[in-house]
Amino acid sequence: MNKHDGQSLSWKLKEGVIELALHREPCNEIGSLVLEELEQFIPALDEMRHEVHALIIYSTVKLGFCAGADLRELYRRSEGIGKQSAVEGVRNFLERIHRVMNTVDAAPLTTIAAVHGVTFGGGFELALVCDLIIADKMARFCFPELRLGLIPGFGGIPRLKRDLGNAVVRDLLLTGRSFNAAKALQIGLVSQVVGEGEALRVARATAVQLGKFDRQTAIAAKRFIKPIPYEELKQEIDIFCDLFAQPAVEAGLRKFVESADAQPYLP
Amino acid sequence: MRTPDQTLDEILTLAASHFKVPRERITPDDDFFKTLGIDSLQALDLLTRLEHHFSVELPDYELQGVSDFRTLAGRIQSRL
Repeated sequence: MNKHDGQSLSWKLKEGVIELALHREPCNEIGSLVLEELEQFIPALDEMRHEVHALIIYSTVKLGFCAGADLRELYRRSEGIGKQSAVEGVRNFLERIHRVMNTVDAAPLTTIAAVHGVTFGGGFELALVCDLIIADKMARFCFPELRLGLIPGFGGIPRLKRDLGNAVVRDLLLTGRSFNAAKALQIGLVSQVVGEGEALRVARATAVQLGKFDRQTAIAAKRFIKPIPYEELKQEIDIFCDLFAQPAVEAGLRKFVESADAQPYLP
Repeated sequence: MRTPDQTLDEILTLAASHFKVPRERITPDDDFFKTLGIDSLQALDLLTRLEHHFSVELPDYELQGVSDFRTLAGRIQSRL
């Protein structure tokens, strides 16, 4: 299926490039709808693989690329069903999102995340599965999960470790602080920082460049230089589920969801 | 180097311009969430613009409990 318009995301194939647009207001929070539609995208990606050399993932939502997991939905689904059922539900969700993320991570084409604004938590993790991140200068990155008594659960830690030095990973994970695109470039997280509103245009120009090279060579090179940390990804799910069972998480989620003030995304 | 008053004035001007609030309606001790009508995601947008403007990096945990422009200016001033 070369074109699809979903409720939370859409894709189209044009001149060898798939563009996957996220468009769920307010900020592409990843809950069951986004997951289902990503799962629909995966077989379509497989069908298109012989016709494409690049995939661009971007957001049309003003606030940013993606604010992460849909915490309100997570809280609602976990309420009143008992801890064990809640943890089982979370594990099921994580295993599904990991299958999506792992497929994109290993896809036989070059993947580009064109990000702007809020790129937090699961959104940051979605960007990290891509081969290249092109960031608008207003992009802001964060792993805020520790604020909720959790760790990133969509594969962020193994992938961040794959890409960055351990000291930087410790800083980002343990402080839970957000940082801007200039910092992201400085630490080697993003390949380019571009003007406000320019990320998609530059991603498209980059995709044209990628199309000049032999596809099989590019696929072989990517497989060689980009290992998928499958074992650590499984460990991350286990650790996340163990933490999710702790009281601190329910309290953290409740605080976020019931927050009547303006500051749930600030530490 | 900028004085604290210059830093504060530049913050007020930038915030007013970006969020389209008349500059004369913003005073240093105002709660910026209420005065600008913004939430935390928009506050992060403001933070990014201020980091670019002043060429500083300001970890957002430095904003714990900060909701007025004057205190925000102090945090930025300490990084200049």
